[in-house]
Parts: sequence; structure tokens; C-alpha cells
Amino acid sequence: MNEANGSKMHLEFPVQGGNFSGAGGASSSIKNVLKQLGIAYDTIKRVAIASYESEINIVAYATRGELLVDIEPGEIAITAVDIGPGIPDIEKALQEGYSTATPLIREMGFGAGLGLSNMQKAADDMVIESVVGEGTTVKMKFRLS
Amino acid sequence: MTLNEIIKTFGLTVYAPPADGRVKVEHGYASDLLSDVIANAGRDDIWVTMQMHVNIIAVAALKDIAAVVIVSSHSPADETIGIAKQKGVCVLGTGMTTFETCGRLYAAGIRERGKGTI
Ligand SMILES: Nc1ncnc2c1ncn2[C@@H]1O[C@H](COP(=O)(O)OP(=O)(O)OP(=O)(O)O)[C@@H](O)[C@H]1O
Ligand SMILES: [Mg+2]
Repeated sequence: MNEANGSKMHLEFPVQGGNFSGAGGASSSIKNVLKQLGIAYDTIKRVAIASYESEINIVAYATRGELLVDIEPGEIAITAVDIGPGIPDIEKALQEGYSTATPLIREMGFGAGLGLSNMQKAADDMVIESVVGEGTTVKMKFRLS
Repeated sequence: MTLNEIIKTFGLTVYAPPADGRVKVEHGYASDLLSDVIANAGRDDIWVTMQMHVNIIAVAALKDIAAVVIVSSHSPADETIGIAKQKGVCVLGTGMTTFETCGRLYAAGIRERGKGTI
């Protein structure tokens, strides 16, 4: 469902929960699209970091989800939507070092409790909405310099 | 020091060669936690780790890291090396521990950035 009309573009990338070997695929595709569009290096970096951390959180904690990318003049929006357990205490989840990662997830190098904080640093604006037992939506905005 | 000089001086094993070994490496970071590396390592840095899950390649590519050095003789899987070659990520190895590797790199003039890179 990739439609480019004029300067607006909407892209969707499905992310499967538990699929650690394919993790990073969506963010790497997003990075390539932005490169082709000639977006500035610094912006691509920030979007790629936020997309990667979002993707990993869906893989690690959710059943399944999607990364939605909206490219508009002056702004890129990344929305990570998932169906999953939700986040009971968002403020706590945002704290650096807080993690509920399982030993299996930790073995693969995740679980520092820094992902959400990296996303927040990378984005100009970030909003998390979550319903326990249903899922989580993280909306991030990146201004184009 | 260039990446080629680092490889030669410390006798590092080359699992996946650098796209350009003449790149100057001035900074390094050591961590086995990927989000910590994302937060603190930067472009053309050398990253010392004993983590060898395939995800290290995605993180190294994401941050444009010059080379990943896998310590303590942990050897990465063929699949990991294959993906590294395909993505142009340099993967090196050593029998030295993290402590020893970082000590030698520090003595050679390589420093930590000391501030976040996001
Ligand atoms: N999409 C999600 N669904 C449910 N819980 C989540 C989701 N994203 C994050 N969390 C919760 O928030 C915590 C903190 O997330 P964060 O990404 O900051 O760190 P982490 O994933 O534990 O470790 P790291 O990202 O550093 O590897 C997680 O441990 C988890 O409990
Ligand atoms: Mg995370």
C-alpha cells in the first residue's frame, strides 16, 4: 500500500512478534526510502534509530504490529502500532534502565531499558497510548531541517 | 589510527572486511547491550562486545560503526558473517577480553565520545 502523490507518501511495514531474526528489516527499508528521497543524513539517522527501537519492542513484547510512515513536506511521522499486552505504567516504562525483558530477549542483547528513551531523544515529539490487554501505539514526529 | 592499522597492530581476526580500511578511528565504545550502543556509539567508532547475536550487524549498520570487535574468542555464526558482508559491516575478532581490548585501544589513543550520539 505504497502511494506517492506529489510530495506526500504513506508506507506500512508489518512486524511479526517474536521474529528476532527478521528484526530490523522494516527500519532498514525505511532508511533506504528516505535516502532515495534525499532526506538529510541527520534526519535519516534519527528516524532509523526510532524505527529500529520501535520494531524491536514489537518483536520483543507484542503479538504483531506495524510501522506506519507518513512523509509530508516538512515532517516525517512514524507510528508504531501493535496488538499485544500493552504497557501498564507508561511513565515507568520510559525510565532509563526499566525493563521487563525475558532472559531470552536479554541473551540477544536487548533489555537495557533504553529503547523508549532512545526513541524519545531521536524524535521531536513522541506520544504513547496503550491499553493493557489490547496493545500499544507510539506516535513520533520528526521535523525536516 | 586507521582501521587497517588497528587490525594489524592488535592481530585481529577479520570475519567480514571493512568497506574502507583507511577510515580513521578516533572513538570507541564497549557494551553488550544494543540500545546502549545505539545511544552512545557514533559514526566510524570501534565497538567492542562479546555479544554475537545477528542483531549486532543491524545496530552497527544503523550507527555507521567502523567495526565490531567480538572479544574472548567468541566466534559469530556463518549467517551473521554473511549478513555483515552483505551490508558492508566490518566484523573483527580477538582472543583478548573486553577489558584487555579496550585497554590496548585506549593506549593507542582511541577514546570514548563521553556524550550521547542521538
Ligand atoms: N510495544 C510494547 N508492548 C508492551 N510493552 C512494551 C512495549 N514497548 C515497551 N514495553 C515495555 O516497556 C519497557 C521498556 O521498554 P524499552 O524499549 O525502553 O526497554 P527494553 O525494551 O526493556 O530494553 P532495550 O530497548 O534497551 O533493549 C519494556 O521492558 C516493556 O516492559
Ligand atoms: Mg526496547
